[in-house]
Parts: sequence; structure tokens; C-alpha cells
Amino acid sequence: MVPLSYYMILSAIVFVTGVVGVLIRRNIIMILLSIELMLNATNINFVAFSYYLNNIAGQVFVFFALTVAAAEVAVGLAIIIALYRGKNTIAAEELNLMKW
Amino acid sequence: MGSLSFLYFGTVIVLTAILVVALRKPVYSVIALLVMFFHIAGLFVTLHAEFLAAVQLIVYAGAILVLYLFVVMLLNVKEDDSYQRQVRLGIGLGLLALAEVAYIVSAAGLPEEPVREPAAALAAAGEKAAAVAGNTETVGRALYTTYLFPFEVSSLILLVAMIGAILMAKKGIMGPEAR
Repeated sequence: MVPLSYYMILSAIVFVTGVVGVLIRRNIIMILLSIELMLNATNINFVAFSYYLNNIAGQVFVFFALTVAAAEVAVGLAIIIALYRGKNTIAAEELNLMKW
Repeated sequence: MGSLSFLYFGTVIVLTAILVVALRKPVYSVIALLVMFFHIAGLFVTLHAEFLAAVQLIVYAGAILVLYLFVVMLLNVKEDDSYQRQVRLGIGLGLLALAEVAYIVSAAGLPEEPVREPAAALAAAGEKAAAVAGNTETVGRALYTTYLFPFEVSSLILLVAMIGAILMAKKGIMGPEAR
């Protein structure tokens, strides 16, 4: 049987990969995809804890995380489409409208 | 058997996660993410979360990734998809955070085996009932009894997201007249 810590390390690797993706990519779609990676890393953690602690609450919370991820994707992609229509670019450093 | 399947799924998940971040073309990244979602679903099956594995495939691989593909192909950006200047700094910070998490996990004293507390007492009645009920029934019962209010709130989140997405994708929000 695999120890619980292996799952946590796996999830940490995926999460950190997502963080690095947010930091280094220029395309906003890729930044959203990296956020998706992070959400999935937390889901792995939730399910692993749910199995190892014998508690169904972890799986229910994955369900809620899924709902929030779907909402985030819908709103995020709508924002990207609106940005692209207005500024004709989706490179992160070009979008400095709210930078003072 | 259990550790072998974990090794396979974990390796593929890590590799595809790195590919998602490293590949230059967004379409390839989305395909790599698709492979990762399938393997996460497999990992869920090995953790006896069959319902969530199905939901993972249907919602993530079926709905969310198709939405991403739509937008990637709709916008069809022709700029160079290079990285930011601070690649080394980002990777260094990531490795630092990973080392911290690894230290915390190793120091936390997590259970090696699944906790099946008072094993002797529960084994007779509880385990049998859980085995008969199955994963989907157990999740459904928890969702509609203990977590009924969060469940309703999540439906509200979806409604707000739907309205927001329709409003923001409409013409004229960031259009010529708004500039």
C-alpha cells in the first residue's frame, strides 16, 4: 500500500508546476491552464485524504472545487475573449490597463 | 499492485503537468492536460472514488477542456509564445516551495495505511454497510444531507458565472466604444 505522503508529494509537484506556469508563461490562456493544474493538485490531496482517513467529506469537497473550477473557466475565458476583442492581444505584459 | 499503479499514474501525471507548462503551443498544452485528467481519474479509481473519476472525465475532460480548445482555436494568436524573462527565478522559487512542502510532509507523521478505526467493532456492521452502499450512494447521501446548503450555494455560483460569462463575452464591453 502506498503511504499517504506519496500522494501529498505528487500533489505538491503538480501544484508547484502550476505555480511556475503562472509565473513564466506570457499567454493568458496558459496562465488559466496552470490554475487548472493547481486545482487538480488540490483534488488529488482531497481524495487521498478522504481514502486514508476514511471520511467522505473530502470527496464532497472535490465536487465543490469542480463547481468553482467550471465557473472560473467560464468567466476567465469570457474575460479573455473580451480582452482580445478590445486590445487584440492576450500577452500578459501588454495588459497593464490597471497598473498605475 | 497498488504501488505499481500509483507509480504509473503518478509518473504520467507529473510528466504531463510539466509538459502543460513547458510546451509552447497552447493546443499541445491542452492535449497534455487532457492526458493528465485521464490519469488523475485513474488515480481516483485506485483510491476508491469511482464517482469522482467519472465526474472528472465528464466535467474536466469533456466540458472544460473543450471550452479551452474552443477559445484557443477561436483566438488563434499569432504571437511568439515565449516565456517571461524570469524563467529561472520562477523555477527556482518553485523548487524552493517544493522542498518546503517535502520537509513538512516528511515531518508531519502522516498515516502509512488507511485508517479504519475501531476496526474490530466497525468491521462487523459499518464496513459491510459501506461496501453495500457503494461510492456513488455514499457521496450522494453526504451531499444531500450534511452538505445540502453548500450544494445549493454552489448552484448559485454556477448561475452567477453563467450570467457573468454571457455579459462579458457580449460585444461592447471592451470594444471600440469602451476604449
